[in-house]
Amino acid sequence: MIAAPLHIVNERLMLCPTGVLLWPAQRLMAVADLHLEKASHFAARGRMLPPYDTRETLRKLAFALRRYAPHHLVLLGDSFHDAEGHSRLAEEDRATLLGLLAGLRVTWVLGNHDPAPPENLPGEAVEELALGPMRFRHIGGGPILRHKEGEISGHYHPKASLETRAGRVSRPCFLTGPQHVVLPAFGALTGGLDVRSPVLAPLAPRNGRVFLLGTDRLHSAPVSFVMPEGTGTKMPAPAEDDLLPAGHRPPPLETVKVRRRL
Amino acid sequence: MLDAARAGESTLLIAPTGAGKTLAGFLPSLLELAAAPREGLHTLYVSPLKALAVDIARNLTAPVTEMGLSISIETRTGDTPANRRARQREAPPNILLTTPESLTLLLSLPDAGEMFAGLSCVVIDEIHALAGTKRGDQLALCLSRLSALAPGARRVGLSATVAHPTALRAYVAPSGIPADARLVEVKGGALPELDIQLPEGHLPWGGHMGLASAPEIYRRIEAARVTIVFVNTRAQAELIFAALWRLNEAVLPIALHHGSLTVEQRRKVEAAMAAGKLRAVVATSSLDLGIDWGDVDQVIQVGAPKGVSRLLQRVGRANHRMDEPSRATLVPANRFEVIECVAALGAVRAGKQDGDPPRPGGLDVLAQHILAMACHGPFMPDDLFAEVTRAAPYAALSRRDFDDTLRFVEDGGYALRVYDRYRRLFRDAEGRMHVRGPAVARQLRMNLGTIIEQPLVKLRMRGGPMLGEVEEWFVASLRPGDNFLFAGQVLRFEAMEGVTAVVRPGGGPGEPRVPAYSGSRMPLSTYLASEVREILHDPTRWHALPDPVREWLDMQRLRSELPEPDGLLVETFPRGGRWFLVAYTFEGRLAHQTLGMLLTKRMERLGYAPMGYVSTDYVLSAWSAFEPTDMDTLFAEDMLGEDLEEWMAESSMLRRTFRNIAMIAGLIEKHHPGLEKSGRQMTVNSDLIYDVLRRHEPDHVLLRATRAEAASGLTDISRIAALLARARGRIRHRVLDCVSPLAVPALIEVGREWVAGGAEDALLAEAAALVEEATGGTEHFHEALIDVNEALPARPREPRAARRSRR
Repeated sequence: MIAAPLHIVNERLMLCPTGVLLWPAQRLMAVADLHLEKASHFAARGRMLPPYDTRETLRKLAFALRRYAPHHLVLLGDSFHDAEGHSRLAEEDRATLLGLLAGLRVTWVLGNHDPAPPENLPGEAVEELALGPMRFRHIGGGPILRHKEGEISGHYHPKASLETRAGRVSRPCFLTGPQHVVLPAFGALTGGLDVRSPVLAPLAPRNGRVFLLGTDRLHSAPVSFVMPEGTGTKMPAPAEDDLLPAGHRPPPLETVKVRRRL
Repeated sequence: MLDAARAGESTLLIAPTGAGKTLAGFLPSLLELAAAPREGLHTLYVSPLKALAVDIARNLTAPVTEMGLSISIETRTGDTPANRRARQREAPPNILLTTPESLTLLLSLPDAGEMFAGLSCVVIDEIHALAGTKRGDQLALCLSRLSALAPGARRVGLSATVAHPTALRAYVAPSGIPADARLVEVKGGALPELDIQLPEGHLPWGGHMGLASAPEIYRRIEAARVTIVFVNTRAQAELIFAALWRLNEAVLPIALHHGSLTVEQRRKVEAAMAAGKLRAVVATSSLDLGIDWGDVDQVIQVGAPKGVSRLLQRVGRANHRMDEPSRATLVPANRFEVIECVAALGAVRAGKQDGDPPRPGGLDVLAQHILAMACHGPFMPDDLFAEVTRAAPYAALSRRDFDDTLRFVEDGGYALRVYDRYRRLFRDAEGRMHVRGPAVARQLRMNLGTIIEQPLVKLRMRGGPMLGEVEEWFVASLRPGDNFLFAGQVLRFEAMEGVTAVVRPGGGPGEPRVPAYSGSRMPLSTYLASEVREILHDPTRWHALPDPVREWLDMQRLRSELPEPDGLLVETFPRGGRWFLVAYTFEGRLAHQTLGMLLTKRMERLGYAPMGYVSTDYVLSAWSAFEPTDMDTLFAEDMLGEDLEEWMAESSMLRRTFRNIAMIAGLIEKHHPGLEKSGRQMTVNSDLIYDVLRRHEPDHVLLRATRAEAASGLTDISRIAALLARARGRIRHRVLDCVSPLAVPALIEVGREWVAGGAEDALLAEAAALVEEATGGTEHFHEALIDVNEALPARPREPRAARRSRR
């Protein structure tokens, strides 16, 4: 399995085909949108989805933790599918999760699905984590980043498709710009939002890149390539007091629509 | 029929169109009701089409009113207003005409018992179109329930002539045993008069649209009073319709009818047709069944018929009078299709029928039925099992499958039992199953039915009406400003607004694209395939073929050889730096797709470095870097082993099958109470569920149902097995210097190309590498990139005719 290096704001990050992001200098691993206990959430509403999503997600997480042995794990929000999700964890799954988190610094960034910190699980719960030049948030695209500030977020479950000679192939992806990375959703039952969606436009500048998850490696392409003409970011006309250099202009805040549930 | 009615026997009436089947089905009921008027439901009529139920109701009401009989006749479909529905439950009419879906809904109501207790007769129309489908499974289960509610009711099945009458008798019989339904067969009817129309000038090698014959089709429309032009796909319908209007100097009223148009649009066309205002309608299978037009005097089938029974059904749409022959013209689009048409003509003259016998009932439909029955009232599992197995499609249902399906309905049926507190059904002290609460019933009723549409996007004219629906992936591939053909007009895509695509009238330079619809092409029937092989092999039968086709086959005999009816001809030849392998398998497109994947996997293992393959209904062609030599190993029967299992599990076909099954069984929902207005989906991607389930519980009942369904239909594995068995020890391998005449159509076939082995990841890597190569890291110059993007898509997914005309 080959991770891809990505340099933003003078920091070297690694994007892994499993969907996790690594910051080697900090021995930090970030993962977004686990949506644990999504199936049981649906079961309570009469849709008996397979009750294996939590263990499947934890299995993937265990693999990444074993492989990269980080010191610090940042969960970028929506770690549980709903506010009561943590209370529905099966005993076995809770034990697995505790085992995985043992000995790590754990940061739970709160998401729209899980606005309260999970009970009886180790780690700190924050709305946002600032570490060096990086801001770890659940929802990316604001507040406006300063020059040399980077943002790492989740929430949107980005996916993209590439035209291959046997038709279009669609996969979850990392969505990156000069100052930000949006992580793909990690949970076993989490779907995706195509990066061409207008909702994602502020985070998909034409000079950005997508990294589609493959089995062993990432498949990368410029955002402009997976974007039809005439959509994507429409950069606002530079304001007179806009002193930021071109290409480092932050996405316009007012066009960020927050989708409560994806 | 009257005899059988008096004896209270169930009957299957098989008669050609125009023989007055429907009236015969109703006559005993009308006589009984005229002799002894009564309150309450006497006869229930079920048809696969809403429009048909409405039409029959009209045709019955007129004479009943004229004769002054006091027989009440009403319809009940999805369109029936709520107040009338409520009244029908209070005071049902004597004769109720409905569809399988509405019947299921009625039977799920708590008061179904009172409504149906006095039922004497059930008439099932167009039974040949229902048996063997999921709607047919659902109806069979409902009929079984009706027999339990009204044990005295007899059944009358009405069917067109079919290849497997015994299976239909079993379907009609209340016991599920063929002998328990009387068979009344009306023979004869005049044989249809069929002919073949070739295009003037060059006879095309490939393509399926038949546009070259548009002038001839137009001339025939001019010469007749009313014509139905049948085509095989919706894309073809759009193109033929456009081609006819380009020629339509006389401005003949020619209309278009296909399943993607809005219902109102379709009803309008049907009404205009019935009123005699149209000279022709271009239609897909959306008009295969249905209302009696009466005045249609000619049917034109454009493109190969694909099956004899299907052709007869279509031809029967012309001239609904039994003693006069129907007139129909076949318009083949390419050379192979000419042979297929000739074979079909012979089969019709010989009175043949084809088609597969109905497959066993699906467990997904059973799951929906079990929940519906629980919503009706508590049941004992043993009783329900007995009732279900009296329906013919479920006669062979094992108790294990039934119990697993029941458990699925209860709480998902997972080995990991964590959903106890969410269960939808619970068991009382005596073992009866009850539904948990009204919310479960509400959810069920919103999601009843077995018709699953592809994810569709509505089309709306800017500031104007809804135009219809197209598949989501097609819209996803459109860019603002792109032109495409829909409902006979050129539209320009503007933008997505929520879940609706907004368009404007289009036009301008460039050929418009045509939406294609997945899975809309039928594969060649086994019977026709073997007929085509026979004709190819036997030059004495070539007199029926036109000169260009005969010359083509003669050339093939000279340059290579003709495929034998048994055995398998494989040609290999170099071309453009690659080696081509063309196998004359004649097993239909679906089987060839599966076979192509298995074959290229094997070529990979033998070191031939395969690169891709293309399948048509007739041949499979694969290409590789090195010369393939060992045909016996390549086509050995053990091909259907592990490779198949592995590929099947990963294939998109299986995922699609699972999606449908999960929806019908109620694992994911089509509609959720209160959410349909917002357009926001509460569903979870079925592919993800499939992956999780496959890893953690591969033997789950829904996965078993998925595999069973895919094996019988989508992958046509039985046909591959038959082919491999037939070919064993009889493979004729011809190594040629260049392409043979018979192989030309396969090589110019620009259908969907498949990649050797079918690995998605390899494809992605290739595409990403191409992007990298093309952009060379110059991603900031995105204008240049867009140009590259324009030029790059190696296989734009649009119909071949559109692309060819662009060249």
